[in-house]
Amino acid sequence: MAIIELSDVHKTFMKAREAVEVLMGIDLTVGEGDFVALMGPSGSGKTTLLNIIGGLDGATAGEVVVADANLDELSNRELARWRAATIGFVFQFYNLLPVLNAQRNVELPLLLTKLSGEQRRRNAQTALSIVGLNDRARHKPGELSGGQQQRVAIARAIVADPPILVCDEPTGDLDRENAEEILDLLQILNRDHGKTVIMVTHDPKAADHAKRVLHLDKGKLVQEVAA
Amino acid sequence: MSNFGLLRANLHRHPVRTYLTLLSVLVAFLLFGLLRTLAVWFGSGPAEGASVDRLVVSAKYSIIDMLPISQMNAIVGVDGVAAVTHQSWFGGNYQDGRSFFPKFPVEPRSYFAMFPELRIDPAHLDAFERTRTGAVVPESMLADFGWQLGDKIPIEADIWPMADGNRIWEFDLVGTYTTDSEGQGGVFLFHYHFFEEARGFAKGTVGWYTVRIEDPDRAAEVANAIDVTFENSMNPTKTATEDEFGKAFAAQIGDLGLMATGILSAVFFTVLLLTGNTMTQALRERIPELAVLKTLGFGNARVAWLVLGESVLLCVVGGVLGIGLAALFTPVATAFLPQFGPSALAFAWQTAATGVGVAILLGVVVGAVPAMNAGRLSIAEALRRS
Ligand SMILES: Nc1ncnc2c1ncn2[C@@H]1O[C@H](COP(=O)(O)OP(=O)(O)O)[C@@H](O)[C@H]1O
Ligand SMILES: [Mg+2]
Repeated sequence: MAIIELSDVHKTFMKAREAVEVLMGIDLTVGEGDFVALMGPSGSGKTTLLNIIGGLDGATAGEVVVADANLDELSNRELARWRAATIGFVFQFYNLLPVLNAQRNVELPLLLTKLSGEQRRRNAQTALSIVGLNDRARHKPGELSGGQQQRVAIARAIVADPPILVCDEPTGDLDRENAEEILDLLQILNRDHGKTVIMVTHDPKAADHAKRVLHLDKGKLVQEVAA
Repeated sequence: MSNFGLLRANLHRHPVRTYLTLLSVLVAFLLFGLLRTLAVWFGSGPAEGASVDRLVVSAKYSIIDMLPISQMNAIVGVDGVAAVTHQSWFGGNYQDGRSFFPKFPVEPRSYFAMFPELRIDPAHLDAFERTRTGAVVPESMLADFGWQLGDKIPIEADIWPMADGNRIWEFDLVGTYTTDSEGQGGVFLFHYHFFEEARGFAKGTVGWYTVRIEDPDRAAEVANAIDVTFENSMNPTKTATEDEFGKAFAAQIGDLGLMATGILSAVFFTVLLLTGNTMTQALRERIPELAVLKTLGFGNARVAWLVLGESVLLCVVGGVLGIGLAALFTPVATAFLPQFGPSALAFAWQTAATGVGVAILLGVVVGAVPAMNAGRLSIAEALRRS
């Protein structure tokens, strides 16, 4: 069953009064439980496409249906609520809040739920144990390595149990060894926890972990390679 | 963690900056608390210790001007006046001015008759009257200064040197008195006859008269009759109730009301700029983080509230601490007011309530623009900039 369905999606930015068309008619279907790697040269629109799928930015034209919601029809407020329930984001530079320790960073999305303080704490601990960082719960991001920070970010992305993980170059800032750990983790989340994963990467080895590899070039999905 | 925990954590991002801002807010509200307390005091009715059957007669144009003692007989003659006594401001320093207390030359018998709330042992009063250089003090002062009856107490004159040029007046401590009223306490009383003989100038004058009237309901009428008596003399008078007099004396020190408004305006303007700057800076460096909160599903309104809450929290914590300190300092400040102002300063709960209100308002004013900007922030653009 398709969980992400894009048809004829266009995105145009205004740059110095000139319209720049970044996405020029994207058709994409991602099934539930899929693991998609999205590759392509820098500036080809990969982040833009992820933002549209994750409801962070709107398409200029075309239809975007994700987890049964037509994103175009949602108000800002509805979109925020939908994001909290549906999408877990993982970024290249982790984007943790530096003033909060790992445990509290992971708890952040749960502030939007009706869970009790005790339950929030417990769920955050569970998420941290999934990424293998229970013993670092009280450390602030500045006291953790890049790989550890990215694992905290993944714990934050899964703590509210969203069906989809959207990852923008999650290993782009890590060395080989740490990158492998993160990719293995994403693979486990996909295989054992049923998360649908869509991941932008420059790394062909990273793409090996995916079930499908897509290429974006000059605003179009140019080929689809079975992994 | 709660929303409040998130606010607190954000304020701890730059502890030094937060604490400096907090300190400036605190100082502003400390001033606010103290000045409001003074203003309340000026506006208050007759306070504890101020008597409604007593009037104070002072020089019309300035309380500092002296009045001729010859006016005493004329005042006694005014219809409705039951008794009169007089006092003068001596100034002077004990122990190089390290310990301040007011000192009045008085006529022992008429003075204590005028103020029945000052209780004195008849034997002490007799001794006071008999001893030319005699002085009596509140009992509590014995312990404060380690004095004993029979001690000689030297006071160095500032306003009133002796006729022979000597600046040291030496008094014999012959008695003590007690009082329940804070405002009337703490006055060092000595014999007017000694003062009159020994002072170098302005002989035959006194500072002000206190008058007991027969009927408190006629206070205004009697006060007016006294002033009319001296209207066309060399020494016109102004007669008021004790309470009004105390406040007028303090007002003479400076127009406190106006000063208070001026100071507060300047202080709050500065604090507004300071906290405004802090919040603007805090917002600018946190744009990527606010965008991350939004990706996690925090709505625009919620993010705006978080920023506003931070600014309000900062101002309210600073405000409450400042006002709390003002409440603690109020008794200390009382010590610096003229002792014969009958009412003691009291910290009013209205002052605290107004202060907290002003603190919330300050937080809202300072946080409004950053909060609106935070709410409007576009996620995709903010993330691109990070
Ligand atoms: N908010 C924006 N305003 C203007 N131009 C943008 C904006 N976001 C992206 N772009 C442009 O769109 C193109 C694609 O950007 P992006 O999706 O970030 O590429 P990628 O992630 O593949 O490197 C780039 O040329 C970029 O400059
Ligand atoms: Mg990108």
